[in-house]
Amino acid sequence: MDFKFDIEGGNFSKAGTASSDVKKVLKKLNVDPKLIKRIVVSIYEAEVNVVAHAYEGEMNVSIFPEKIIVRIVDKGPGIPDIELAMQKGYSTASPEVREMGFGAGMGLPNIKKNTNELNIKSEVGVGTEVELINYLN
Amino acid sequence: MIKVSQIINDLNAQLVCGNTDLNQDIDFGFASDLMSDVLTIDSDNLLLVTGLNNLQTIRTSEMSDIPYILFVRDKKASEEMKNLAEESGITILECRYSMFRACSILCNMGLEPVY
Repeated sequence: MDFKFDIEGGNFSKAGTASSDVKKVLKKLNVDPKLIKRIVVSIYEAEVNVVAHAYEGEMNVSIFPEKIIVRIVDKGPGIPDIELAMQKGYSTASPEVREMGFGAGMGLPNIKKNTNELNIKSEVGVGTEVELINYLN
Repeated sequence: MIKVSQIINDLNAQLVCGNTDLNQDIDFGFASDLMSDVLTIDSDNLLLVTGLNNLQTIRTSEMSDIPYILFVRDKKASEEMKNLAEESGITILECRYSMFRACSILCNMGLEPVY
């Protein structure tokens, strides 16, 4: 089962709509609520990252009987140092993003905490691809 | 553990959204204006105390399965926020008290901290 959602960079009024739709799908599939929370928190963090940092992006969701794979690809500034970006408290978010309650440098570490596998690829000046894998059993 | 009705009485709060049973119990409280922090909380049946009144407060609560939000400092939920909260089964309360005052009262009432 595959789904695709567009993410608009800079538009905080729409941020979270893709994650919300994924949550509804997982609920319909009777996935364990604790696992749904882990999955949607991590993809919401990733979706907010696209809104906060990139120009545009898309979320591709593939649901298998044993796992869910979410790939979030954006066109944006990219991450120059992924290891640094993974450190708690490190952030390059703008004041506007911080006013929305984000940009504390908690996003990527929280994604890692809530996923079984996290893969990040990024090219400066081109964009970032984040892959999140969660096992359903 | 406290009841929704106790919050309304002791904090002079108003229920502005949600078809809530006022006798429903709430186990935990967490206060923050930083949604990044809220997203790290694992506890169930939680009241979020916040002064950050924007749509992402509701989205964050939706993702984190937070069923109750108390806006402090006389912050008001917009119609858009109320609609999203209704859709997500989230109850919104509003009060005029500062976050510190609200939290001290909630703590004395028996609402448990997350950590």
